[in-house]
Amino acid sequence: MTLTPVLWHAIEAFIVLNVLLVLVAYVTLLERKFAARMQSRIGPYYVGRPHGWLQPVADAVKLMMKEDIVPTASDRAVYNLAPIVFLVPCLLIFATIPFAPQLGVADLNIGVLFFLAVSSLEIVGLFMGGWGSNNKYALLSAMRAVNQIISYDLPFIFAALVPVVLAGSMQMSAIVVAQQGLWFVAYPVIGQLAFIAFLVATLAAENRVPFDILEAESELVAGFRVEYSGMKFALIQLGEYAHMLGTSFLGALLFLGGWLGPGPEWLGPLWLLLKAIVIFLIVTWVRWSFVRIRVDQILAISWKLLLPSTLMLLLATGLVVAMRGASGG
Amino acid sequence: MPETQARQVVEIGYGGNERLMMNMGPQHPSSHGVFRMILTLEGETVVAVDAVIGYLHRCHEKLGETLTYVQYPSIASKTDYVSAMTAELAYVSAVEQIAKVEVPRRAQYLRVIVAELQRIASHCLWLGTWCLDMGGALGGGATVFLYCIREREMVLDRFEELTGARLLYGFHQTGGTRYDIPSGWDKKVRETVDFIERRLDEYEAMLEDNAFFRVRTQGVGVISREVAESVGVSGPLIRGSGVGYDVRRAEPYSSYGDFDFVVPVETAGDCYARYRVRMVEFRQSIRIIRQALDGLPEGPISSRPGVKSVAQVRVPKGEGYTRVEGARGEIGCYIVSDGGPKPYRLKWRGASFSNLAVLPHIVPGHKVADVVAIMGSVDPVFGEVDR
Repeated sequence: MTLTPVLWHAIEAFIVLNVLLVLVAYVTLLERKFAARMQSRIGPYYVGRPHGWLQPVADAVKLMMKEDIVPTASDRAVYNLAPIVFLVPCLLIFATIPFAPQLGVADLNIGVLFFLAVSSLEIVGLFMGGWGSNNKYALLSAMRAVNQIISYDLPFIFAALVPVVLAGSMQMSAIVVAQQGLWFVAYPVIGQLAFIAFLVATLAAENRVPFDILEAESELVAGFRVEYSGMKFALIQLGEYAHMLGTSFLGALLFLGGWLGPGPEWLGPLWLLLKAIVIFLIVTWVRWSFVRIRVDQILAISWKLLLPSTLMLLLATGLVVAMRGASGG
Repeated sequence: MPETQARQVVEIGYGGNERLMMNMGPQHPSSHGVFRMILTLEGETVVAVDAVIGYLHRCHEKLGETLTYVQYPSIASKTDYVSAMTAELAYVSAVEQIAKVEVPRRAQYLRVIVAELQRIASHCLWLGTWCLDMGGALGGGATVFLYCIREREMVLDRFEELTGARLLYGFHQTGGTRYDIPSGWDKKVRETVDFIERRLDEYEAMLEDNAFFRVRTQGVGVISREVAESVGVSGPLIRGSGVGYDVRRAEPYSSYGDFDFVVPVETAGDCYARYRVRMVEFRQSIRIIRQALDGLPEGPISSRPGVKSVAQVRVPKGEGYTRVEGARGEIGCYIVSDGGPKPYRLKWRGASFSNLAVLPHIVPGHKVADVVAIMGSVDPVFGEVDR
């Protein structure tokens, strides 16, 4: 292997990472503005008039300047490592996302599998943060995190596997190409059900209201990150939003036809971004209109409703594909 | 621990029954002020709750003994600062009872109007903070909270036009009220209550049609009728547990007998029942306000002359106890007078204090998340609990 392709990949990854960080920062602004509209407020306004377009920068600077407080009773190594362990998988999921044909860090032939596997790893960082803080609120939150994420990963994976079965490939670009005639969200019955299941599981996997029992500031103050401040807090927050954005991209690729859309080919990445933002806004919309549900109710929804139904859906999809194959179409 | 003593090894049983003590408060996002609950947890389940109060104690009753009958009404509002008008009313009614002062009918009607407006403002804050507890500051709860605060602002604007103050008013005085309504105020109040009445439908649509809201509130924190009666809760709590007790109906004061209104009663006793009771009370308060504005008599607003000095009001020797229906329940005020310009002894019966006593009866057995839902549905104000 010569040096040039390695260097090229490194540069590519560097660019994607930086674009991503800016995007994540501005997604927070979008969410704040969107929530403000829902609540008949204005939202960020004064930092960078008009409409507070410098607010994410100001937030980042503020968090960097803040004092980094480490509780004396904490398990220092675990506590300090947790934000990194949490952030890395959240950024790593972008490695397999193709933003347009041939435009992405690595279009693996097991892209979807890689995404699902890596995105589940965030639980390790979460639990480390909750455990290492040596705080009862954080510990309870970490316990809830393990419960919730294990319960919701299965329906999440099953819902994401429906397009995989329909397309017959685990490669993201192949899945998009398979949607050329019909986006999978428009696939009769199966597509819509899978998309809804995907959205619900996304809410839970990203710890958004109504499934935000990890954070639950009215019960557990701030959950697993109650003791974090300054840059470490920023890293956790960054990871959370990156994960959310990554899942939105995944949803756009699996269900909404990825970069497919009218107009010339170079508009592809913009179409993908637009679709990801639409999914992000749906999640935000739900977040700002529901109350949180209880931990036992969350588990009941997952194991009694979502898991069996997504499993049935996957089986039905397999059946449909098998019959389609048998009938030669 | 002495050096020689071996560190005790705790054998962890994996049956999930290790207990964890957790403090909720005094500084906690949903402690509604400064309340401390020491929760004993088994996993997520609360097995015991120990309530600690007193963090907001300001010697309020002692303060009442050092201030004259003219000065104290504006301080009385600081007991329950979310529902200041009814606290003032309880104090001046007790003074009037000892002094046997007649209150002009116009003043009685004005007192009813402000008391009911205050109930609306207070219930707005209750609904908002309760949803904030259940839905999170970064979630749907915050949306309901901001909607409710928006409506509460309108009521506070009316109070500001009336008294010049937005939170603690000093509207009442012995013998009547201190201010008459400014011109055009009644029209504005009508518009405000019309507006709020329309908005109530929106809240109900947003909450009652929401399955998540219902599973969080129905069957949670059930106060049985027996517990409600023996603990002595009042207000929406006891009406949510099937007892139709309301001071306005049981012992009408300040011409409440003139008005036509319904005392809502729910039998389930859970958080949802208390929510329903308060939602009906919103509408009944609006109904009372409309009737009072329609029938507002002409005449003086006070049977006593305007205040010229702080020691002006003297009441004869004696004692008096009055109770009024505040937003949170029965507020009682007991005054012993020795004939001077100040009370010899003052005692408050805070509705929140008695309501809070029900917590150990209903919290154990629930999850941590239910604790905040129950706390919110009890709706305590710690100015009134600690005094």
